[in-house]
Amino acid sequence: MDSLSNPFMPPQASTIAGDVDALFYFIFYVTLFFFVLIVSLIVFFSIRYRRRKSDETTSGVAHNTALELLWTIVPAILVIVIFAWGFKTFIRMSIVPKDPLEIKVTAQRWWWRFDYPDGLTRMNELVVPLGRPVKLLMSSTDVIHSFYVPGFRIKKDVLPNRYTIAWFEGTSEGTFDIYCAEYCGKGHSEMLGKVIVMPENDYAKWLAEAGAADESVPLDQLGASLFVSRACNTCHSTTGKSGVGPTFLNLFGHEVRFADGGRGIADENYLRRSILEPQAEIVAGFQPVMPTYQGILTNREIDALIAYIKSLGKE
Amino acid sequence: METAIKNNYLNSPRGILSWLTTLDHKRIGILYLASVMFSFLLGGIFALLIRIKLLVPGEFLMSAEAYNRVFTLHGAIMIFLFIIPSIPATLGNFALPMMIGARDVAFPRLNLASWYIYVAGAVFAVYSMVQGGADTGWTFYTPYSTMTTSSVISMTLGAFILGFSSIFTGLNFIVTIHKLRAPGLTWFKLPLFVWALYATAIIQILATPVLGITLLLLILERAFSIGVFNPAMGGDPVLYQHFFWFYSHPAVYIMILPAMGIVSELVSVFSHKKIFGYKAIAFSSFGIAFISFLVWGHHMFTSGQSDLASMIFSFLTFLVAIPSGIKVFNWLATLYKGSISFETPMLYGLSFLFLFTVGGLTGMFLGALATDVHLHDTYFIVAHFHYVMFGGTVMAFFGGLHYWWPKIWGKIYNKTWALVAWLFTFVGFNITFFTQFILGSRGMPRRYYSYPAKYEGLHEISTIGSIVLGVGMLIMAIYLIASLFRGRSAPANPWNALTLEWQTDSPPPTANFAATPVVTGGFYDYDKVSPNPKGDS
Amino acid sequence: MNDHSINHPGLAHHFSTPQQQKESAKLGLWIFLVTEVLLFGGLFVAYGVFRAWNPEMFYNAHRSLNVFLGALNTVILISSSVTMALAIRSIQLDDQPKTVRFLIATIILAAAFLVVKYFEYNHKIHLGQLPGKFYTFRGIEGTNPHLFFTIYFAMTGLHALHIIGGMSVLIWLTLKTSRGRFSAEYYTPVELAGLYWHFVDLVWIYLFPLLYLIG
Repeated sequence: MDSLSNPFMPPQASTIAGDVDALFYFIFYVTLFFFVLIVSLIVFFSIRYRRRKSDETTSGVAHNTALELLWTIVPAILVIVIFAWGFKTFIRMSIVPKDPLEIKVTAQRWWWRFDYPDGLTRMNELVVPLGRPVKLLMSSTDVIHSFYVPGFRIKKDVLPNRYTIAWFEGTSEGTFDIYCAEYCGKGHSEMLGKVIVMPENDYAKWLAEAGAADESVPLDQLGASLFVSRACNTCHSTTGKSGVGPTFLNLFGHEVRFADGGRGIADENYLRRSILEPQAEIVAGFQPVMPTYQGILTNREIDALIAYIKSLGKE
Repeated sequence: METAIKNNYLNSPRGILSWLTTLDHKRIGILYLASVMFSFLLGGIFALLIRIKLLVPGEFLMSAEAYNRVFTLHGAIMIFLFIIPSIPATLGNFALPMMIGARDVAFPRLNLASWYIYVAGAVFAVYSMVQGGADTGWTFYTPYSTMTTSSVISMTLGAFILGFSSIFTGLNFIVTIHKLRAPGLTWFKLPLFVWALYATAIIQILATPVLGITLLLLILERAFSIGVFNPAMGGDPVLYQHFFWFYSHPAVYIMILPAMGIVSELVSVFSHKKIFGYKAIAFSSFGIAFISFLVWGHHMFTSGQSDLASMIFSFLTFLVAIPSGIKVFNWLATLYKGSISFETPMLYGLSFLFLFTVGGLTGMFLGALATDVHLHDTYFIVAHFHYVMFGGTVMAFFGGLHYWWPKIWGKIYNKTWALVAWLFTFVGFNITFFTQFILGSRGMPRRYYSYPAKYEGLHEISTIGSIVLGVGMLIMAIYLIASLFRGRSAPANPWNALTLEWQTDSPPPTANFAATPVVTGGFYDYDKVSPNPKGDS
Repeated sequence: MNDHSINHPGLAHHFSTPQQQKESAKLGLWIFLVTEVLLFGGLFVAYGVFRAWNPEMFYNAHRSLNVFLGALNTVILISSSVTMALAIRSIQLDDQPKTVRFLIATIILAAAFLVVKYFEYNHKIHLGQLPGKFYTFRGIEGTNPHLFFTIYFAMTGLHALHIIGGMSVLIWLTLKTSRGRFSAEYYTPVELAGLYWHFVDLVWIYLFPLLYLIG
C-alpha cells in the first residue's frame, strides 16, 4: 500500500494526485527544514548555555534588527510561495475539463448512489473508464456528507437541496476507496464505496452488460448481489445479528412483532411492502429509518431480493 | 527552614462558605482550577475510551452510537469546559493582578459571577451527558444537529452559558490592565503574560457573542424549526458553518495566546535572560488576534463555498503564521547565551517550543488549498489540533502550573516525580499523535467508529501512546496533590524571578502586597541580577 | 492600608481613588456594549444574507408591518433616551426627586414600547405570520416568506428582552435613588444604565428602517 518514495500518501491514481503530492512534499521538506533548525537550536542552546555557576549573569542583548528582519521576511516569502502553489493546483482541481462523463451522486444515510448517464443505478460502486474526466454532480437527501477518494486526492461536501461538483480523471486501473468525510451519524464509518477504474473498452462492455445482466441470472443469485450492490447490507445482516435493521437470517416465513404491538408473518407481500413502504410496519425494537426503494429497484429486482431472503431461512 | 504559618489568602478566612462567597481573585482562580481539572479528567477519560475502542477496526467495547457520543463529549468538554477557561481563569486570575501590582481585578463580584456562570454551564453539560449526551461532534453541524434525537439542546445551552463566563473574564481583564496598574508600570514595562491575556481578552469579548447568537439560533431551529439552517425552508446549513467558525477560529487563539504568554515568562526566567524582542512579542499577540478574525473559512474549503472565498481565506491563513514564527524565533534568541536551568516549568516551556513548532508547521499543509482538500476531515487534522492545543496550550498550562504552584500553595512538589511525569507525557503525547498525521495523510477519516483493516497498525501505536500519556497525567496528579499535604514549604521567590508576584510571600496575603508596589526596574532585567545570589536552591 | 475608604464610603477595597473606580466602571460598560454589538451583529448578518437571497420576498413581507406603530415606537424610545439623559442631569445636580421622576418616565415609556410591540406581535400571531414551521399566512408573494418573520421576531425579540432587562435595572435604580443611595458625588450606576439605555435605543434605530422601511 505504501512505497518508500511516497510514505505518507496513498498511491497516486488521478491526474491531479501528482500535483497535490508534489506540493505536499515541498511543504514537508520546507517544514522539516525549519523543524530540524528549531529543534537543533533548542537542544544545542540547552546544552551549550546550561547554567554552570549559580551566580552567572547574562547579556542584556534583546534586539538584532538584521536577524529579526530575516526571520520575518524569509517565512513571509515561503508562505506566499506555498499559498500560490496551493491556489494554482486548487484552480486545476476546480475547473472541470471539457466533455466529461457525468455521473449523478446521491448521498444518503448511509450509502452512495451513482446514477449513470443511460439510466443505470449502482450503490456504493462507481465504475469509470480509465483516462477520461468524470464529473460528479452531487447532492444529499438528508444531512451533509462528503465524498472523499484518497487515491484521487479529491474531496467535496455533499449538501441537501443543492448541488456540489467534483471531478477526476483516473490514471491507473484498479479499485479505490470512497469514504464519507463529513460526520453523518451512526453509519458514518460504514458509508464506504469503491471506485473501479477500467480501460475504456471494458467500461463500455460493463455498461452494456450491467443492465442486461439482470435478466439471465437466477433470481436468488441476483438477489444476493443486489443485497450488496443496493447497500441493504449496510443495515441488515445475514448472520442473525441485528444491525440498524433486523437480520434476514430465518426471517422468511416466521412471525414478526411490530412496534405498535401487532404481529404478522414475513411472507412475500410483507417483504415487498417493507422494501417499497418501509415506514408502514416497523419491527419492534428498531427505528423507522429505512428509506424507500421505490424507483430504485425494478420489479424483477424486488423479486430477486425476496428470493434471496427466502434462501436464508432454509437451514 | 520553616517559618511560622502567617495569615494568607488560603487560611483566612476559613470555611467552605468563605470560599464560595469569596471576592479574592486568588481564591476564584483556585475555584476555577478545581473545576477545569475535573473537566480535564472527564474529557481525558472519554479520550481513553476512544483510543481503546480504536484498537480494534470493527465492533468493540461500545456501539457506534455510543462512540459518536463519546467523541462529541470529549471535544465539547475539553474545549468549552477545560481549555478555553484553563489559563485565563486559573493562572490569569491568580497572577494577573499581582503582576501589575494591584489588589484585585477591576470587578471582583463579576469575577465570582463568572465562576458561577461557568458552573451553571457545566451543569447543563453534565445534564446532557446524563441524558446520553449529544452525538453531533463538538461542531454541531446542521442539518444533522437539528435532526438527531440525542441531547443537543442542553449541551448547546451549556456552551452558550459558558460563553458568558468567558466574556466576563475578558471584560474584567481588559479593565484591570487599563486601570489598576501600579504607579510606574507603563505599558511597555508590562510582563508579556499580561500582554497575552489582554490580546486574548479582546478575542473573548468580540468573538464569543457570535457563538452565543449561533447556538441560540441552533437551539431555536431545533426546538421550533425556524428554518434558518434548513435548506428545505430556504435556510442554509453552510450559513451555520460560517457563523460557527467565525467564533471557533478566533477561539483557538483564545487557547494559544495565554499559553504563549506563559512561555515568554518561563523562557526568560529559566534562561535567566532578558526576553529577546519584547515589543515584537507583545505586538505579535495583537497581530495574531486581529488576523484570527479573518481566516474562519479555512475550515470550509470543501464545504461548497466559492473558490474566491477559499482563496482569500487561504492567503490570510498563511499571514497568521508569520507573527507566530516571530515569537518562536524570539524565544530561541532568548535561550542564546542564557543561563539555562531545567526546572520542571522549563521542561514544559521547552516542550512547548518543540510541540507547538510541529503543530504550527503542520498548519502549512492545511492552509494550502490543494493539500487541504485531501487532508480535511482526516486524522491529519486531529493530529494538527492536538499538537497545538495539547502540545501547545496544555503543556504551557502545565508549565505555568508548576511555575506558580509554590506561589499559589506555598509548597513545592517532588521534582524527581515531576521529571518522570514529564517524560511519560512528552513521549506518550508524541507517540499518540504523530502517528495520526500518517493515518490522516493515508486517508483515514476522522470521527470513524470502524475503519478499514489497513489502518489498524497505526491505530494500535497511537493507543499505546495514549496510555503512556495517561500514566504521565496520573503521576502528575498524584505528586501535585501530595505536595499540598507533604510538600516542603516554598520560599517567596524559588525561581529568582523579577515579576511582582514573586516579591510577596508564598502563599500571598489576601491583599497581595503589604503596600502598593512602585515599579522602577524592568521585569526582564536579568542581566542586572544574578540567578542565585545566595547560592542556595 | 486603605485609609481613603474612610473618606469615600462607596469606594471598593481594590481601588485607590473614586476616580479610578468610576473610570473602570465606565470602561467596563463600554466593553460590555461592544459585546452586545457583536451579539446583535450576528442577527444583522443573518438579515443581510436572507434579504440578499430573497429581495422581493423581503419587500413583500415587510409590508405587513405597521409603519405607523414602528415609527411610534421609535419616537417613544428616543423620548425615553431623553428622559434618561435628563435623569442623569438631575442627579448630577443632586436633585434626587427629579431624578426619580425622570427614571419613572423612562420606565413608563419603555413599558409603552412593549405594549405597542405586544399589539404588533398579537396581530401577527392572529394572522399566522410567524417564524419557521409556525408560518401559516397566505398572501405574501415570494419564496419562503417565513424567513422574514424569523428574522423579525428574532431581532425584535432579542431587542425586547434587552428592554425588559433594562427596565429591571431602571426600577432598581429608581428605588435606590429614592432611598438616597445616589448623589452628585456618586451616581455611576445611573450613568452606566444611561449608556446601556442609549445603546438599546440605538439598536432600535437600526432595526426600524431595516425591517419597516425596506424600499
